[in-house]
This record gives sequence, structure tokens and C-alpha cells, in this order.
Amino acid sequence: MRKDILGLSDFSVDEINLVLDTAESFREISTRTIKKVPTLRGITVINLFYEASTRTRTSFEIAAKRLSADAINISTSTSSVTKGETLADTAKTLEAMSPDIIVIRHACAGAPHILARLLGQSIINAGDGSHEHPTQALLDMLTIRQKKGTIQDLKVVMIGDIMNSRVARSNMYGLTRMGARVTVCGPAMLIPRGIEGMGVTVETNMRKALQDADVVMMLRMQFERQQGAVFPSVREYARLFCLTVPMLEEAKDDAIVMHPGPINRGIEIAPEVADGFRSVILDQVTNGVAVRMALLYLLAGGRQ
Amino acid sequence: MVTENAKRVVMDAERIDRSIARIAYEILEDNKGAGDLVIIAVRSGGILLSRRIRKKIAGIEAVEIPMGILDITLYRDDVVMTGKKPKMGETDIPFSLNDKKIVLVDDVIFTGRTIRAAMDALIDFGRPRVIRLAVLVDRGHRELPIRPDYVGEKLPSSLWENVNVNLSESGGDDEVVILQN
Repeated sequence: MRKDILGLSDFSVDEINLVLDTAESFREISTRTIKKVPTLRGITVINLFYEASTRTRTSFEIAAKRLSADAINISTSTSSVTKGETLADTAKTLEAMSPDIIVIRHACAGAPHILARLLGQSIINAGDGSHEHPTQALLDMLTIRQKKGTIQDLKVVMIGDIMNSRVARSNMYGLTRMGARVTVCGPAMLIPRGIEGMGVTVETNMRKALQDADVVMMLRMQFERQQGAVFPSVREYARLFCLTVPMLEEAKDDAIVMHPGPINRGIEIAPEVADGFRSVILDQVTNGVAVRMALLYLLAGGRQ
Repeated sequence: MVTENAKRVVMDAERIDRSIARIAYEILEDNKGAGDLVIIAVRSGGILLSRRIRKKIAGIEAVEIPMGILDITLYRDDVVMTGKKPKMGETDIPFSLNDKKIVLVDDVIFTGRTIRAAMDALIDFGRPRVIRLAVLVDRGHRELPIRPDYVGEKLPSSLWENVNVNLSESGGDDEVVILQN
């Protein structure tokens, strides 16, 4: 296993399968009465979050604790970052306390890569700007594989703010590598020019995009990253790109609906769909813990 | 003379079958029947052997003993020290272990570290009344104070040898072989 998990752009099929297979075995631990194994005793994991997060941070914390690692959470609103410390200085300070793995989320693309170069510790990217969110894509792939048996040859449609979505980018790398046929869909202003080069199909009409889809992945509008007005109004967006029950009928009968969360009910996904029987949104959350346990396990002690 | 692939058959099909039959009888004798008995196989060496023991017990007492599979990877004492991680398997124990009489089954006992890990794992699943250990081969060289309750055969081996148990379910013949490393 590599030292750091920075993104899926250079992950091989074998590596993805190793992580998914390992995660599959870890799922059982979360179903036990005593949800803890002693594997990572003495390993320290620092969760360094420069951006708001509930599910990812909690998921990493639970994953570490179920493996008996010590997890320390640092959120920048309460840390020395507010006193003007640079990322490099924060990193060096943390390093001096000898953690083993640092999980970082940052608004700037590339921040985890800077840490990986500066520090000997393993770095896991928990989301860097609009760049990558590898652990989310891995848990999405685990969920797809569980529900569909395979990823190969499935039609996966991602709908929403493709431009600003790190989840979309990591999934495009991972899913195309695993042999899925990926279609991206959204307002033309939110689809980067030349994205076909990543091996995906572009479709701006949602109805057309959904045809014969096996997997529908809805993305949240990243209002915090959009610069200027990218479309006239939220209401117009919802009218064109909200996944409603009639809209979902365009997809295959056994299509599954995914969302990385947090969901905006009534904007990109109708409540009846989010809570409906096709929705695997909560399975994704459960799988998130298993995938992060697998990654911590595979990374720990790797350099001794 | 030691050749590169020197292989010595130390137990053949008949001897293995007799050992398993004796172990099954001993388990039932100690336990005074099959009440509250469960078999836990250590993945992966213990799985086929557990099924054989279970089948023998079914033949003697006409009861199906519950069987579970335990993967001990996460309880190993060397897991964080090695960069390359052993491949994990799934643990599948679909019943409570509270107050049960567990027979832990593995094919070969060597240093005892696997069994130490397995016992720690079992305790995390509940509070069994008793844990007993059944192995087909005891090859010696214990590093921990652990002793099996039911042993098919004691086979003193050198540290440079490998002891392999092959059961026909995985192809080939039933045999226990010693391989020179």
C-alpha cells in the first residue's frame, strides 16, 4: 500500500479492489455488540478539518475508534489557525507530537499533497476544495458493488454541480477505471469544458441522461464554491434537475439512487426519492465507516 | 537428504479420519452430550476440519452443532508491525456465544499466537462458559502457555519445516505433510 491516500486519479483496479474487499470484511465489526477490535492500538489519527463536516469527520473518528486507534479532532475554528498559523507550521507542530496518520479536509485543492510532501506521516485526503474526495468515491463504489454485484459496464449518471464537486471528480476517476460507463449531467455552466477527456459522456438534458441508468448519483449544489450567479434561481434549478419520482422512471427499474450528503430536499432530490426504496443513501453512510476502517488498517505501520 | 521440495506424508486419509472420529467422541464425552456446544473454526485452516468434526458429531448424536467462522487477522500481535497487511477474511458467527461451550478448531497448532488472538476475539463476542481447543496436528514450538484439549496427532517438527493439512474438499487427497523449507 502507498504512504498516502490523496486521490483516485492514480489508483489501479487492483488497489481499488483491495480497499473494497478489505472494507467488506470490516462491515461485520459494526454489527457486533462490542464494536471494537484491538488492531490499531497505539496508533494516533489526527482529523484536521479546515472545512465544516459532520459525516466525514464522524465517520473517520468512528472508524479509528472501532480499530482502537486514538482519534483527535482538530477543527480550525477553535485552533491556532485562527491566530494566523500557516498550514505548513500547523503540520510541523502536529508532526512533533508523533501522530501516525493525518486526515485532512481543506478548502484549497492540493493542501493534502503539501502535507504529504512535508511530513513522514500517512496523509488521507478527506476532501480538498473542488479537487478530490477519494474516501467518498471508494464508499460509493463499495455501495454500488454490493447492490449491483459489479461496477463493470454499469451506466452511472452523476447529476448536479459537476464543476465544483470533488465527489464527482473522484468518482469519475474510480468508476471509469473500474469499467463503468459514466454520464455527467447538469446546467451547462456547471460542467467543465473538455470533461469528456476523463472518459465520461456529457448530457445537459436530465431525462435523456437518466435513460437506462443503473446508478443515479445526485450531487449537492455547492453554493459555497460557486462564484457569481451560475443559474437564475434555485427554483429554476430544481425544476430542471431535481430527481423526482416521475423523473426517476426514466432510469432502469432496478436503478439505485445515491447522494453523498448532505442532501437539500426539494432542490436536487425530492423527499419521496431520498426516502424511497431505491435510495441507498444510508447504506453509503454505513459503508463509509467500513471503507475508512479499511484505509486506516492498510496504511497503519506501512513504513516500519 | 534434503531436496528443495522434500515432502513427507505423516498422516494419510485413514489416520486423519480416525483422529477426527476420536476428537468428536472426546468432545461429546467431556461435554456430556451436545448441549450448548458450538464449533468456531479459525479461518481458514479450521473451516474444513470443523465441518468434518461437526459431521462426525451429527453421525454419533444426530444433532447439528451450530458452527461459526472467526477471522483473527485484526487480533494478531504483529499486524501493525508489518507493512504488508495479511488479507482479511470475514468473521461469521450468526449466534450468541454467551454461556456457550465453545470448541475452537484449527488444523495445526504451532506457536500458539493464533489461538491467543482467537480467544481474545471470542471474548469480545460475549462470555462463553468454556472454550476448548481442538487441532488435528500439534507441531510443538509453543511461545505462549496454551495447550490444546483435543489433538489428532503430536508431530514434533523442526522450525525449518512447514506442516500442511490438506483435506479433500479443497482438492487432492486427505493428508498431512511435512515440507522442508
